[in-house]
Amino acid sequence: MESEELQGIIDHYAGEKGALISVLQDLQGVCNYLPEPALRQVSDALHVPLSQVYSVASFYNAFSLKPRGRHHICVCLGTACHVRGAPRVLQEMERQLGIRAGDTTEDMNFTLESVNCVGACALGPVVVADGGYSGQMTARKVSPLLKTLGTSHEENQNDS
Amino acid sequence: MKKIRTIAELGTLRAALERERESAKVWISVSNETCARANGSDKVIAALDEELRKQGLADQVRVKGTGCSGFCDRNPMVVVFPKEIAYQRVSPDDAAEIVGKTLIKGQVVERLLHHDGKGHAVQHEADLPFYRYQKRLVLRNHGRLDPTDITDYLASGGYTALSQALTMSSEQVIEEISRSGLRGRGGGGFLTGRKWKSCREAHGETKYVICNADEGDPGAYMDRSVLEGNPHSVIEGMIIGAYAIGARMGYVYVRAEYPLAVTNLVIALQQARDCGLLGENILGTGFNFDIRVNRGGGAFVCGESTALMASLEGRVGEPEVKHIHTAESGLWEKPTNLNNVETWANVPVIINKGADWFASIGTEKSKGTKIFSLVGKINNTGLVEVPMGTPLREIIYDIGGGIPHGKKFKAIQTGGPSGGCVPEELLDLPVDFDRLTEVGSMMGSGGMIVMDEGTCMVDVAKYFTGFLQDESCGKCVPCREGTAQMRQILSDICEGRGRPEDIDLLEELGHVVQDTSLCALGGTAANPMLSTLRHFRDEYEAHIFDHRCPAGVCTALIRYTIDVEKCNGCGVCAKQCPQNGVSGEKKQPHSIDQHLCIRCGICREVCRFEAILVN
Repeated sequence: MESEELQGIIDHYAGEKGALISVLQDLQGVCNYLPEPALRQVSDALHVPLSQVYSVASFYNAFSLKPRGRHHICVCLGTACHVRGAPRVLQEMERQLGIRAGDTTEDMNFTLESVNCVGACALGPVVVADGGYSGQMTARKVSPLLKTLGTSHEENQNDS
Repeated sequence: MKKIRTIAELGTLRAALERERESAKVWISVSNETCARANGSDKVIAALDEELRKQGLADQVRVKGTGCSGFCDRNPMVVVFPKEIAYQRVSPDDAAEIVGKTLIKGQVVERLLHHDGKGHAVQHEADLPFYRYQKRLVLRNHGRLDPTDITDYLASGGYTALSQALTMSSEQVIEEISRSGLRGRGGGGFLTGRKWKSCREAHGETKYVICNADEGDPGAYMDRSVLEGNPHSVIEGMIIGAYAIGARMGYVYVRAEYPLAVTNLVIALQQARDCGLLGENILGTGFNFDIRVNRGGGAFVCGESTALMASLEGRVGEPEVKHIHTAESGLWEKPTNLNNVETWANVPVIINKGADWFASIGTEKSKGTKIFSLVGKINNTGLVEVPMGTPLREIIYDIGGGIPHGKKFKAIQTGGPSGGCVPEELLDLPVDFDRLTEVGSMMGSGGMIVMDEGTCMVDVAKYFTGFLQDESCGKCVPCREGTAQMRQILSDICEGRGRPEDIDLLEELGHVVQDTSLCALGGTAANPMLSTLRHFRDEYEAHIFDHRCPAGVCTALIRYTIDVEKCNGCGVCAKQCPQNGVSGEKKQPHSIDQHLCIRCGICREVCRFEAILVN
């Protein structure tokens, strides 16, 4: 990310008290994670000590200090999903991708995360993959879902 | 839209909008919230529009994407007005038939209707058993309004409460809310009127109102639904509250995990601003007020008021000791009033219908209705709004339609991670704030997770304790260390390493964490474990003494085997097993190699003959 672009985000919140979290959210929206040089720039521009920027960036689950994969998979572990078998879905995701929840595959293709509840309990167990909701998930449906994501990624690459 | 300058102008505009809606009697609503979209409601809307065009009705019939009317399980729901014929689980392929048959010929499409337990088809939405026992105040317009169109809200009586409130004095508004007996719907259950009064009386020019939409309790999603489906009801409530308290700025702190709620709320706020319902000199009364939206960062503890305000100030969301009430020193150390989404949405209802009417609903100390999200092992999953005091049994069986697949009910978990489990013998309990607390659970924000015989209560306790350990901010020792130790002991029990003394230890630890933690997260962190121990001690004992998980959930204590009587050797499980751990001759009973089995349960999921047993 260019520092001018980041300055644009910061300027958008000019004069607002407590804009740090909003700035970081927008920054992550653009970069997919929070790169260190950008955090330093945020610290200087908002006159917030870098230590405080870091404590905020590392406290909230929504922020990532590490680059994330092209595809973002989020397994809901809310109570309704849990009693309907979400842990088995997550376990199967972890097994097939070879990573633990919170990590990214080496080829940077997939980031796997779990979330406490996406509030779509009627669909449980739910997986949100690249913003799309898949309901009534089971361990068996994991492999087809990953294949669809993989294919759409290849298509996008071919298009470009 | 043109700015509305006075209360009278708003009245004239509303009357015009009502006439316009009157003349367009035939229209179609399609629930279009998050769960409906996941099941393709967007495509259903497009298909209906296309069919109306093809069959020449495009100019006469409007298709409207609305909020969800609560029967989330059956989405996408399509209702054809004015007869209110309700179709369930509609797909784009059904559009031609709905338009051709129902709109043109006036006939119903039988196969898309709801069929009750006896197989009878139910035509009208209001007659569905799911709705019949409900009393919908906050959800009354869900499924009727396009949340992105303020004129829809205005035409249905929206902002009449604001008009009314602006002609009253602040004290009169507070008095009305106080007399209604409204208590906070976010979990605390504090009297809303009293809270407003304290904030009104607090010293200082600058005051704030906040809407807590950080609906963190897993399994509760009514706030998401209200914000997605009827955001103006919350905005109207907040404007009235701000007027009564004397605040000029309001904040909605909403979970970032609810993208559609954020989108619809932002649209609604902009429309309210454009109409002059927010901003300077609202409806010419000289009252100034605006609302800003802040997205949360995915921290459960930010639902706690002091942590939420810390987060609004751009800091780490750690709770603080409340030496001084938020009403006197809250956000930026100014007097602040914080209510949750459902509480705010109740405000216009009370102003419109009057405090006495509202107070006539519910129980002695819990007035009005409460929205519950009825989820888990239940036939009719969805949002249910009932008068306070409705027995659990009625909610689960009459509205919820009971437990799927003929399984046996075990418990219902209420109050989120801070709540507890209510067993079958207490099902006749009337649900209100105080009765739930009496039996060791709580109202919380209204999540109701139904559990059947296939749910392991030790696993549930482990789940919630783990959840709270992850979400503990780590500031105070009893919560940080206590949740970690409780989770470890519960994990040990689930994995077959439980020791006989563990139950006593858990109880002792639970009480210490309860008594010595700083905020409500730690103060209630032991509830899931203590309440399951209280009602389901035998399950703990089975895990510890017999190394057995009676519900067949804890993977370390179960084995999958094949029932040779039922297995016909179709080979589906062998093909699907990721470990290649199932073997056998074609058309002969198969068997599972226990050394290879990782207990993923896929074989059981795919078997159509119920031949996979869990021991």
